[in-house]
Amino acid sequence: MSDLLGGFADVLTVQNLLYAAIGVTIGTLVGVLPGIGPALTIALLLPVALKLDDPTGTLIMFAGIYAGGMYGGSTTSILLNTPGESASVATSIEGYQMALRGRARAALATAAIGSFVAGTLSTILLTFVANPMAKLAVTFRASDYFALSVLAMVAVTALVGSSLIRGLMSLTFGLFLGLIGIDSLTGQARFTFGVPSLLDGVDIVVVIVGLFAIGETLYIASRLRELPSQVAPLSKQGMTRDDWRRSWKPWLRGTALGFPFGALPSGGAELPTFLSYLNEKRLSKRKEEWGKGAIEGVAGPEAANNASFSGVLVPLLTLGIPTSATAAVMLAAFNYFDLSPGPQLFEKSSALVWALIASLFIGNIMLLTLNLPMIRVWVKVLQIPRPVLYSGILVFATLGVYAVSGNIIDVLIAYAIGIIAMFMRHLEFPVAPVILGVILGPMMETQFRRAMLLADNDLSVFVTRPLTLTLLLLAVAAIGLPHLPKLFKRNRLALGEDD
Amino acid sequence: MLRRIFIGVIPAVLLAAAGCAEQSVGGDTASTGQAIAYPTKTVNIMAPAGAGGGWDTTARSLQKALQDANLLNGQSAEVRNVTGAAGTIGLAELVSSHAKNPHQLMVTGLVMVGGVVTNKTPVSLADTTPIATLTAESEVIVVRSDSKYTSLKQLVDDVKANPASVKWGGGSAGGTDQILVGLLAKAAGADAKAVAKQYVAYSGGGETKAGLLSGDVSVAVSGTSEFADLIKAGTVRALAVSSAKAEDGVPSIKESGYDLELMNWRGIVAPPGITDAERAAVIALLDKLHASPAWQQTLKDKKWQDFYKSGDAAKSYFDSESTRIKGVLTEIGLG
Repeated sequence: MSDLLGGFADVLTVQNLLYAAIGVTIGTLVGVLPGIGPALTIALLLPVALKLDDPTGTLIMFAGIYAGGMYGGSTTSILLNTPGESASVATSIEGYQMALRGRARAALATAAIGSFVAGTLSTILLTFVANPMAKLAVTFRASDYFALSVLAMVAVTALVGSSLIRGLMSLTFGLFLGLIGIDSLTGQARFTFGVPSLLDGVDIVVVIVGLFAIGETLYIASRLRELPSQVAPLSKQGMTRDDWRRSWKPWLRGTALGFPFGALPSGGAELPTFLSYLNEKRLSKRKEEWGKGAIEGVAGPEAANNASFSGVLVPLLTLGIPTSATAAVMLAAFNYFDLSPGPQLFEKSSALVWALIASLFIGNIMLLTLNLPMIRVWVKVLQIPRPVLYSGILVFATLGVYAVSGNIIDVLIAYAIGIIAMFMRHLEFPVAPVILGVILGPMMETQFRRAMLLADNDLSVFVTRPLTLTLLLLAVAAIGLPHLPKLFKRNRLALGEDD
Repeated sequence: MLRRIFIGVIPAVLLAAAGCAEQSVGGDTASTGQAIAYPTKTVNIMAPAGAGGGWDTTARSLQKALQDANLLNGQSAEVRNVTGAAGTIGLAELVSSHAKNPHQLMVTGLVMVGGVVTNKTPVSLADTTPIATLTAESEVIVVRSDSKYTSLKQLVDDVKANPASVKWGGGSAGGTDQILVGLLAKAAGADAKAVAKQYVAYSGGGETKAGLLSGDVSVAVSGTSEFADLIKAGTVRALAVSSAKAEDGVPSIKESGYDLELMNWRGIVAPPGITDAERAAVIALLDKLHASPAWQQTLKDKKWQDFYKSGDAAKSYFDSESTRIKGVLTEIGLG
């Protein structure tokens, strides 16, 4: 505890607060722009940061960018259905529906406050359980990861919308996109058609920008005449008492999901957001609102998204294991300053670590104070005439994709996906399962094959390891439970009703 | 009045200074036989990977040292990232779009040599103009601290007796880590292909660490710096390093009785088709850079091992590495 207070003492200088403020502002901005995420921003800022020669200040700024990116990402997802990164996709599903119904303010508010709650709680968790958490996280084996991804795949059932067939077709398209590139285990190229740029696969950012920003723009453009000139009506109403009542539990549950997933060396921020969405939908007492703007579907995933960031810091600080692209770039920043994250970081550079943790608390408060008043400004975006607004989105989306690799082929791929996504919208195919396919497909495949390789092709590895078995059984239960009541209808044995 | 005098004096001083610079450069290149001014334009350094990685850091450090040491005749240096496929996308661009341009350089390394083989790219390092090798890092073979293996020999003996008994973890398929495993199996007289089948590829050093700590794999191979902290903390035990001599008390593979040395080196190449005089000028620039205090300080700051070979020495090193890597990757079925 005294360590943490020391950290606050270090951070609460005018200069460091300024770094934190710069960080969260830049982060919010890049989060709002599709494609340009925190990883790219930090990588671009690294050379500048080196010149500052102030490790504490730089890391504080980078942490601010990361957290700010998470906040900013939710804004465009909710207002325009154009998430800039994969962790905001789940938020966009209900968030955009809320915006369409004039509830943009409430959606943005629950996202911002949920992010604050989750960010603060998970930072507290990071402070106290970083070491035991890291020890637990590295006990996850390949078979456990496989089981986990199976469980997450079940989340698809919550995303498919009205038609199961359409949902599965979307998922299959995503699985195909995920397969493109060099097979990580054997080094063989798949579906690259001799194009060298495809060897590394299609970047998830390219897929997301294509599916959402470009797809949505083309879809809107194709229906421009049928639509009112403004995106959505705007009510002055923020979060009502009812909204608060419905949001606080999803915030806490989202945090509880996001933090441990972030800490897993192969977890990431996407899985907990989708699992939180699934979970909230299951628990909701107003199932009829889902797909039409249920506030729980924004509160939960947004909290999970932010909590996963503190989770990501657990293996990064304690073991030097980066679990996301941004964490990898931050690791590079650590190395620049000759700090090697790992078991000794807390002892060798403890002042810096505690300063970083303290800055997370301060960054969260800054983000809340920056974002709540900004909601009034952001929702004005919805009053920009559609043609102007969407042509702007298209420009930024194209820039964002090009910025990822500086490769024109990526831009072409994004547009090809965008055209497909436009038709998917016309034909009422859900687009979110595509993202799940791209993320989960390679994870499931790689972990399955790793597990088989390690077990000398003995399938029993999936039932002999208790953790693996538990996760697989949970997945079966998640599919089966909702159908049980139908089976036992005559007996009125309503098993799935309460959970 | 005073101002007018100044205005007259400044250009004169500048001219004189430029004259001196010109002279000193002329003097240096004269010793190599050809006198050509280089660089006469902005020097572009391509980092064939994303920002923040090893090649990018090398390119940016090179850029900074070249400018700090004032070696560019008043020109500047720029770094550009071309990402993808173990650097082979950058390599293809260098060969196809920049031929005959001595002001375009590219960072390269062992990983690219492996990438050329596994990706079966039509162009290879032999299509470029080799300039120099700059730095190198050794690889380390580690086990968990509760492992029964305390020496490389015990491990290799088990592998020879039954290749399936040891699961190896390391970076991507066909990368430096798997190359080392293949070369070690060959050097020890084990069945290299059978051993390579027990290799589990992870997406980077971080995942490899997690794989070793969770017990998925029994042995991990990675860059020495990657595991330095876990070794110091006693969480893992280093069995051997791949450099010629022991490092930090860890014996080398050679000292452990296997004739093998592998360094994850990084270097510089120029596009094909530049003239001999241009090649000599670029090499002379790198020679001067290597001798400069700015570069020596960079090596120290970044904890990079100095691994400098230039000109023909670099060319023959690239050639011999290409042959060796292609050989082992083909043998383990990745070529």
